[in-house]
Amino acid sequence: MTSTAVPVPKPVRRNRSRRRWTGWLFTGPFMIVFTFTLAVPLAYAAYLSLFQDRLVGGNSFVGIANYRQAIHDPQFWQAFERVAVFLVVQVPIMLLLALCAALALDSARLRWAPLYRLSVFLPYAVPAVVAALMWGFMYGKHFGLVANIDKAFDVQIPDPFSSGLVLTAIGNIVTWEYVGYNMLIFFSALRVIPNDLYEAAELDGATGFQVVRAIKLPALRNAILVATIFSVIGSFQLFNEPNILKSLSPNTIGSYFTPNMYAYNLSFAGQQYNYSATVAIVMGVITVIIAYAVQLSARQKEA
Amino acid sequence: MVATDRASVVKAGRTSPAGHTRRAHPVASQRSIRRPRASVTLHVAMTLMLIYALLPLFWLVVNASKTQDALFTTFGLWFGGKFALFSNVHDTLTYDHGVYLRWLANTLLYVVAGAGGATFLATMGGYGLAKYNFLGRRAVFAVVLGAVAVPGTALAVPTFLLFSRLGLTNTPLAIIIPSLLSPFGLYLIWAYARDSVPDELLEAARIDGAGELRTFFTISLRLLSPGVITVLLFTVVATWNNYFLPLIMLNQPKWYPLTVGLNQWNAQSSTVGGQAIYNLVITGSLLTVIPIVAAFLVMQRYWQSGLAAGSVKQ
Repeated sequence: MTSTAVPVPKPVRRNRSRRRWTGWLFTGPFMIVFTFTLAVPLAYAAYLSLFQDRLVGGNSFVGIANYRQAIHDPQFWQAFERVAVFLVVQVPIMLLLALCAALALDSARLRWAPLYRLSVFLPYAVPAVVAALMWGFMYGKHFGLVANIDKAFDVQIPDPFSSGLVLTAIGNIVTWEYVGYNMLIFFSALRVIPNDLYEAAELDGATGFQVVRAIKLPALRNAILVATIFSVIGSFQLFNEPNILKSLSPNTIGSYFTPNMYAYNLSFAGQQYNYSATVAIVMGVITVIIAYAVQLSARQKEA
Repeated sequence: MVATDRASVVKAGRTSPAGHTRRAHPVASQRSIRRPRASVTLHVAMTLMLIYALLPLFWLVVNASKTQDALFTTFGLWFGGKFALFSNVHDTLTYDHGVYLRWLANTLLYVVAGAGGATFLATMGGYGLAKYNFLGRRAVFAVVLGAVAVPGTALAVPTFLLFSRLGLTNTPLAIIIPSLLSPFGLYLIWAYARDSVPDELLEAARIDGAGELRTFFTISLRLLSPGVITVLLFTVVATWNNYFLPLIMLNQPKWYPLTVGLNQWNAQSSTVGGQAIYNLVITGSLLTVIPIVAAFLVMQRYWQSGLAAGSVKQ
């Protein structure tokens, strides 16, 4: 992934000085949008987080007071803990399922693999709003599958929206949405394993499981790393699903259910823009640190 | 045994013009020779996955055919009551003076301008990074790849404040401009361009006196097309499914995309005193899903090979 690996075109001498800049002709427009939609808002968030809007005195510089408040904010940490638990439980389950599915698709012992591949991937195309609405209706105790099953078998399935289960219920929706996408990422990485490796394994008389362990899993290292990092980022940003389920389950999904919902409600319900920006930045920094730690630990294992 | 077959299958599929070892659907006759026995366990496990993936969509189709009353009184996973799909579709499209169609038009606008623009910028940018050694290229790489890790959360609120200061909130531009950025797309095109656009070809075009832009539009773009379609598809999904950004930026229903509109209908239905229109929420959801699923199915050849190319280069 480093830029040093890029084959540099051998420039014809007369073009050399011109070519030093022509790349910007192509990359420049992207960087302008990048600056305007990412760099500037980020800088603005950092700026906002250093101020407070007070009734007396108006907008004033407060240094790191907002950060100090965030670090001692029980609501923030409660929300953080929730997504941390979500991350530790949901991400491994989802990635393991995706990995097994990808290995199954890659195995010669599975018929109709394209059918399975497309079907399992399909939920990725469904908007998170629709996914949350569908599952939300199905979870419903008054209509929906849970109610149906209760009636049909005369049982009492625990309410998916109860405080003990609601996080699991959300985890199921997120898994449903992304397991196929991750499966496809892994499957794509499996498809480009060079043929020679399999031929060598065949000569050595390797069994199917040995091929998986010695060839396929090592070849998936990078794909697994990238999928993990994106899943970490996704978990910490959890917003859509709980925010949509909130109207179906207002009692168990509060306005600071996840850090993202907390930041959102701080600014749009509470008008506390400065503190909201601070919460967002703290969460962003934590995300970057953990994503970086994941990458680092993967590198160390490699060495 | 598995390895044996794998080897022959890989050989059979190795026909990609871009030089990737792709193992796209090999012809049946080629694989039947040494194909090992199908595994029952694998089929059972994958069938369970398939049911898990399709069950909610099946539920959606079934329930889009029910009246508001039948939703509450009939079994959820099978048809029941009056078959009301067509009247539901009619009601969805006409409810509240046809606001659903307005949302659909908004969504299309955001998708065409946002995803189209994002794909164009990412394609140009990724190609520039892959094929030109310009000043600051390393810096661009470092900054863009670092930015992938920046959570959207950290940006949403400041972007809103910035845009409201510029008077852009409650306009389509508030949705379109942030949608123009696709670092993942840039990365994917960069990876794809490195392999599929030979430097010799560009050199030849230069010697023939073609300008850089002209070379890009007439030669390179064609070679990049599977990668471009992949990026287009994923940016289309991202804008079509976008919820957080429009939720923040817009407070007038006339600019809502489908996602925010549907959720508003749902919230209205759950509110005491609000008119319950769950049947319209469900039918509207189904209508929202159909185009995007269709796009994926129709274009599957392209995006699957594009994804494969992107995954190699990590």
